[in-house]
Amino acid sequence: MTHPRYAIPGSVTPPPATPAASAAAEPAGPPARTVGEVLAQSQVEAVLAELDRDLVGLAPIKARVRDIAALLVIDKLRANFGLEAQSPSLHMCFTGNPGTGKTTVARRMAQILHRLGYVRTGHLVAVTREDLVGQYIGHTAPKTNEVLRKAMGGVLFIDEAYYLYRPENERDYGQEAIELLLQVMENQRDDLVVILAGYKDRMDTFFKSNPGMSSRIAHHLEFPDYSPGELLEIADRMVAGMHYLFGPGAREAFAEYLELRLAQPNFANARSVRNALDRMRLRQASRLFADPGRELSKDDLITLTPADIRASRLFARKPGA
Amino acid sequence: MMTNPTGRLTQGQFSFLPDLTDTEIALQVAYGLRKGYAWSVEYTDDPHPRNTYWEMYGNPMFDLADPAGVLRELTGCRQAFPRHYIRLVAFDSTRGVESIAMSFIVQRPPREPGFQLSRQEVHNRTIRYTIGSYATQDPEGERYGEG
Repeated sequence: MTHPRYAIPGSVTPPPATPAASAAAEPAGPPARTVGEVLAQSQVEAVLAELDRDLVGLAPIKARVRDIAALLVIDKLRANFGLEAQSPSLHMCFTGNPGTGKTTVARRMAQILHRLGYVRTGHLVAVTREDLVGQYIGHTAPKTNEVLRKAMGGVLFIDEAYYLYRPENERDYGQEAIELLLQVMENQRDDLVVILAGYKDRMDTFFKSNPGMSSRIAHHLEFPDYSPGELLEIADRMVAGMHYLFGPGAREAFAEYLELRLAQPNFANARSVRNALDRMRLRQASRLFADPGRELSKDDLITLTPADIRASRLFARKPGA
Repeated sequence: MMTNPTGRLTQGQFSFLPDLTDTEIALQVAYGLRKGYAWSVEYTDDPHPRNTYWEMYGNPMFDLADPAGVLRELTGCRQAFPRHYIRLVAFDSTRGVESIAMSFIVQRPPREPGFQLSRQEVHNRTIRYTIGSYATQDPEGERYGEG
């Protein structure tokens, strides 16, 4: 890109004409020399603290996000000394079972990268195969291009990315979308960060058949499953977030429920917890509904009782019950 | 021409200024996006002032957050039509406005021959005036040199 030869009034981002000029344009006046100064300027610390506070568990992910943030901060300091390094490749791949927080972390990642100045707007565009791949010849490229245009300046989050490549159909249009993606991932690194997400084993197969994609992604993050204790903590937060309370004995009942649910197939971590809580709200509502004459206090309306939880069919199936 | 000493086409915004650089274009596009406009890229090789509707290069781009998407489209258009006029147009879809809010030329042919003023003598010493671009005397696609 060429730069204008004069200052433009009202311009948001002053064009970096020379390294010295760009450093002088920083809001803090003298260029930052310590990590603390960069953190203060970018307020990334607040986002990282929020990540620690709001998300239960996920220790390896948090550590990795911190590493990436640290690299970006150090790169900023280096840039202030005029040490130019190629802007790092920030494309990522999130693998993990359903409900382990991939989308949530991706949203946070967009904010972190925005605060550090690596993406310009910090918005997240979440898409799946249907948004990228067309239905007939010549339909795919405009569709993919439109999504790419919308995501520019932010983060493109491709959920269940392995569906893009269908090896069983050699005339599948997914390959065309992959090629367009690769081109942008390579040539417009400053404009777009791509995050792929999906289940571990299927992503591995996807990368095996698309080595170009694998090599352009620098960060492979694996999301671990939650432990029962973490799931209970998540449930606590969801209950509080929905303005409910576990009544006496209800939390223990929910812990028992989780134990039973974990043994069932298709357990989707936090998402299953949310669904279970939603069902409990239904039961609580119909319990209160059944007694039309009763005057309901605020406590009645916000309390989930053990009975609401133990009415689940999982308890009915329990041997000996 | 006395009124247009540089002989350049003056239509839309910024047309008396030197050509905008890509950075300046990006800033203008960012301004439009902040206002909620939808940008589109248009091209033509007929610069007549009454040629209001130029050819569209792709669809108008709604729901963009960043000028990089528009510039990507513009780059594509420049490659496809290296010697045409190209302009960026911002559409304001606010109810009651629903019209073009910004428009400026972002590419010109290397040589712009300008316009001819022709006079037609009709009855009673009346003269009718009309203008036409010298470039349009060549067939479409062959104006402004090869390409």
